[in-house]
Amino acid sequence: MEAAVLAAVDVRKRFGALTVLDGVHLALHKGEVVGIVGPNGAGKTTLLSVLSGALLADAGSVVYDGRDVTSKGAAERCKLGIARTHQVPRPFVGMTVFENVLVGATAGGKRRGTDAYNLCLQVLDQCALGHVANRRAEGLGLLQRKRLELARALAVEPAVLLLDEIGGGLTDAESTELVQTVAGLRDRGIAVLWIEHIVHVLLQVVNRLVCMDAGRIIAEGEPQAVVSQAAVIDAYLGGGKR
Amino acid sequence: MRVQRWTRTSKLFTAGTLVAALVLAGVPLVFESDVVQKLTTLLILVLLAVMWNALAGYGGLLSVGQQAFIGIGAYGTVFFAAQGVSPYVAMLLATLLAGAISVPISLFALRLRAAQFAIGMWVIAEVISILVRLDQNLGAGTGISLIQLNQYEPNFRQAYTFWLALAFTVIFLAALFFLLRSPLGASLQAIRDDEDAARSLGVRVAARKRLLFVLAGFGCGAAGVLVVANTLFIEPSSVFSVQWSAYMIFMVLVGGLGTFEGPILGAILLFAIQTTFTQGGPWYLVGLGATAALFALALPRGLWGTIEERLGLRLLPVGYRVVEARRDETAA
Repeated sequence: MEAAVLAAVDVRKRFGALTVLDGVHLALHKGEVVGIVGPNGAGKTTLLSVLSGALLADAGSVVYDGRDVTSKGAAERCKLGIARTHQVPRPFVGMTVFENVLVGATAGGKRRGTDAYNLCLQVLDQCALGHVANRRAEGLGLLQRKRLELARALAVEPAVLLLDEIGGGLTDAESTELVQTVAGLRDRGIAVLWIEHIVHVLLQVVNRLVCMDAGRIIAEGEPQAVVSQAAVIDAYLGGGKR
Repeated sequence: MRVQRWTRTSKLFTAGTLVAALVLAGVPLVFESDVVQKLTTLLILVLLAVMWNALAGYGGLLSVGQQAFIGIGAYGTVFFAAQGVSPYVAMLLATLLAGAISVPISLFALRLRAAQFAIGMWVIAEVISILVRLDQNLGAGTGISLIQLNQYEPNFRQAYTFWLALAFTVIFLAALFFLLRSPLGASLQAIRDDEDAARSLGVRVAARKRLLFVLAGFGCGAAGVLVVANTLFIEPSSVFSVQWSAYMIFMVLVGGLGTFEGPILGAILLFAIQTTFTQGGPWYLVGLGATAALFALALPRGLWGTIEERLGLRLLPVGYRVVEARRDETAA
């Protein structure tokens, strides 16, 4: 099997007395979409933050493209090719939608001038934000804010894309569009890790599914098989996911 | 679709700004020296406001200790002039000194977060102030005059100082303008809006903050140089006074935090208030404080931020606008 482009090796993270990640092993390969499900508080977003560098692991390591990036910060990892979206969108409210995306293209993607502009225009078009390009991000609704999260991350032209619940609140048509976008990214060789509560959306595109509970991976593998495992059903029904 | 940076309005306004700078350069040729001195004070305020905004408005660095650099600029001038160099060369050296000192200070200060940084900068300013007070050669606590400037005839001296103030203001405004227009500009505004999100998109937040901190060190040092050149006498209790920070906060909050044009507007407003209420006194300061607080509550984006939002106006082209491609480009 091909070496993983991004891997978490026995990653542990505590917030005070609370253990949020309790020895997580996860490997992500080129051109693969991996879905993560699990009840609230399972540690999904924390795992994503440890992978992106927003949080540093207390123990264990994060390996990207064969090099240990465990102690590298988020900016550096982004420049290397790891981009993420935020569960609660964090637009740069004082800037226009275009300028928001430009940050990704210039800072993370290291593009300049017309080259950067054209990439941004193309990404905005792809994320159906072209018509609001000149709008201040402050004025966007939730759906468009989520699209902007995706657009900014895509402008980085990442090798690994970490998505945190960007499908919530979408209509069926919109989520189908999103699934197509993600499938398109996979076809371009991008590795995608996607946290989502809406399992039937994930199942349309993921190659593998991971279920987390209480800071551990409790099931992993072929999507349908994971969904039907007793432990997964238990975690969802017992864990109180609404 | 294509990206446009200059609009008709911004072209006109930028040209207008350059013309205004040229017209201002002619002021000492026409007006009496007291008018020139007052306008020098205005330029100092503009410079300070723009520098504080560069720190707070783009780097999220709320400093109440920028008077450290004002003091270094002012006392540096006196120091170098006493070594025998021409006072105007001493002014340039003192500006460079303030900028150079800001580098080691940044290593310490930028490790501090939010309120700690604000207070930490104040402490640094007080420490430098105390060091000056301990030095007899710098007049200790009683102050010192820049006597070397007395060799120039007052009208000429005032004109030279004004031109220096104008040059500094233009240079530092231009530096910030080109910085904001450069590829780093979008990153700096991103830090202003959400530091963590900026980091996640590859923005090296610490390095960018250091860049702003050193720029502001130079700028506030230059302002200090102008203070001593304009008043000829300085003492630690006034040149290192935290009141400078209060003025800077006032100008930027009222004008518009994180906008390019706002602080200039705020500086003109403060200058107008200062010239109207010349007696000063505690109630004047209470009034300034209350006004700043009122603006923070009612118009958080400040005067210019609000105008910009309502009218969609951008006078200086630091942003980007996506427009329809011209017909010839579409065909290509």
